[in-house]
Amino acid sequence: MIEKKIRVLAAKVGLDGHDRGIKVIAQALKDAGMEVIYTGIRQTPEQIVEIAIQEDVDVIGISILSGAHLQLLPLVTELLRKEGANDILVVAGGVIPQEDIALLKECGIKEVFTSGTLTGDLIKFIKENIIKRE
Amino acid sequence: MFEKDKLEQLDKRKAAWQKNLDKNLEKNPERKEQFFTDSKIPLDTTYTPLVLKNFDYEEKLGLPGEYPFVRGVQHNMYRSRLFTMRQYAGYGNAEETNKRFRYLLEQGQTGLSVAFDLPTQLGYDSDHPLSRGEVGKVGVAIDSLQDMEILFEGIPLDKVTTSMTINSPAAIILSMYIALAEKQGIPFTKLNGTIQNDILKEYVARGTYIFPPEPSMRLITDIFSYSRKHLPSWNTISISGYHIREAGSTAVQEIAFTLANGIAYVDAAIKAGLNIDQFAPRLSFFFNAHLNFFEEIAKFRAARRIWARIMKERFGAVNPRSMMLRFHTQTAGCTLTAQQPLVNIIRVAFQALSACLGGTQSLHTNSYDEAFSLPSEHAVSIALRTQQVLGYEIGVTDTVDPLGGAYFIEYLTDKIEEEVMNYILRIDELGGAIRAIEEGFMQQEIHQSAYEYQKEIENGRKVVIGLNKFVSKDEETIKLAKSSPAVEEYQQEKLKKLRQERNDEKVTAVLNRLYNAAQSSENLVPVIIEAVKAYATVGEICNVLRDVFGEYRQQVLL
Repeated sequence: MIEKKIRVLAAKVGLDGHDRGIKVIAQALKDAGMEVIYTGIRQTPEQIVEIAIQEDVDVIGISILSGAHLQLLPLVTELLRKEGANDILVVAGGVIPQEDIALLKECGIKEVFTSGTLTGDLIKFIKENIIKRE
Repeated sequence: MFEKDKLEQLDKRKAAWQKNLDKNLEKNPERKEQFFTDSKIPLDTTYTPLVLKNFDYEEKLGLPGEYPFVRGVQHNMYRSRLFTMRQYAGYGNAEETNKRFRYLLEQGQTGLSVAFDLPTQLGYDSDHPLSRGEVGKVGVAIDSLQDMEILFEGIPLDKVTTSMTINSPAAIILSMYIALAEKQGIPFTKLNGTIQNDILKEYVARGTYIFPPEPSMRLITDIFSYSRKHLPSWNTISISGYHIREAGSTAVQEIAFTLANGIAYVDAAIKAGLNIDQFAPRLSFFFNAHLNFFEEIAKFRAARRIWARIMKERFGAVNPRSMMLRFHTQTAGCTLTAQQPLVNIIRVAFQALSACLGGTQSLHTNSYDEAFSLPSEHAVSIALRTQQVLGYEIGVTDTVDPLGGAYFIEYLTDKIEEEVMNYILRIDELGGAIRAIEEGFMQQEIHQSAYEYQKEIENGRKVVIGLNKFVSKDEETIKLAKSSPAVEEYQQEKLKKLRQERNDEKVTAVLNRLYNAAQSSENLVPVIIEAVKAYATVGEICNVLRDVFGEYRQQVLL
């Protein structure tokens, strides 16, 4: 049997237009054999959750560089819980100070990847944490 | 430039020298199989007059302040006046940012540069649902003329030059600046500064677009034409490669796409009935200073020559000022690391040096803590001091274009020009910059380069100190600036009060006028000035324009 591909939603939440990182990551995940859907910039938490459920993804990777991470990222995990979809692995990346990372993890963001992350490490993290599903 | 028989002699000598070198290399191989610049231009061991065989000094370089301006746009460059030290700043509300501006001016900064928050840049008021969490984050929140009045309190507009990073709503923010000058009693002819006003690179790389290309280009040419009559010293646009480079392009792509966008603006202005020499002298540019030191210097020099030739040969400009590429530089934010952040100070210093040797008109140096957040006051002051060391201590500003004539630099300058022109030709064939953007050509090229760059970091071919080499176990911790969470509520309260106190009938009337004007071909700047004076908000004005123009939807390509 062919192993089911990991499905990832690569998303940009908030108003910032910095999409270099998310696009590079999306490409790297694809090259690593995952199926990746990219939302484009300026998505609301509501839109991201809707797409994630519609597309039945295993992982949501959210990029944010505007500084609004503490306001917007917890909304995503909260909405996922409401929809009963909190088994989706949620990771985030962007310009995020160290002290905010603990707060985000408390809200259900599994890991936060900041500037300088190697895509290989992210791929490894996803593979290791995705197995726990089902 | 060189005597033919001497070159022949040198050619022979170099061949013999190369043989010796090759023999030596068998024993002591070089660090890399092949050396390249960041734009993948292959590099030779050394450069001699042989690479400049047919080099015509007059044609290629000329003198500083003269066509084709390779050596600089002024005759004596920094010997009269140093580059303007202009740190991009803005956060929270207008009150806080006003304090930062005054601090920077006290520290010896010579120009202001306003960072606006994302809701302002996207034409949403602070109480719009999409503004949640974003108010005052990446810049200052401006909802109405009232905020601009607070932002510039105690700063006479005829004594500073102000650069404003605003694109889609550029006409609105410029109108506020004009209204403010009127209130301060300053004649418009004394207003000096720049609005970014460069929508094309927003579609390509930066992302703060609102309207589709056509009406956006109309707003831009309206500004050109209004400014020609009323704001003779104002830079009406800052055609930006900075964000294209930050998005991952190479140096060659940065210049190629920026100048292709420049060509599109010139075409649009001519189509709108403007004469080239009436608006071209007020076009300005904005580039990135990245890590590959010599390529960056050559890039700035090449950009000047290419633009001069385009303006003269392609557009038939006559006024030399139309042919001058004047530019602002910012060091490359994407090269800052979160690891060993103090090392960023060194990176920034070298990048700033390349901008200075490349002849920049103004400079922003990044702060060492910007991989984490907006900069702290300490980090900003180190960044500004870096520029001051460059300008005052190390002598690089004492003679013009000190690297001009260096075999390697001239070779690279020529090479970059050649590769940029190839791209411009391709974009012409695609139907121009707007078509190339709509088809995603520039975006795809940039994405490919960004991905290559990342792969090279991951396989170690590209060294990033602290990240993939010389990694330190004990990372130093630095003190970061804290943004105050109360900004959003404060700004919303201010807005509520404004809406109660202003004359709503007047606002409605002027917004109706704007609606009609937007449907006609009338210049929109005068009616927008009326609207901001009535304290119509950025969001209200943009909503009217959204109704008429519609909104741009990005085509998601991956």
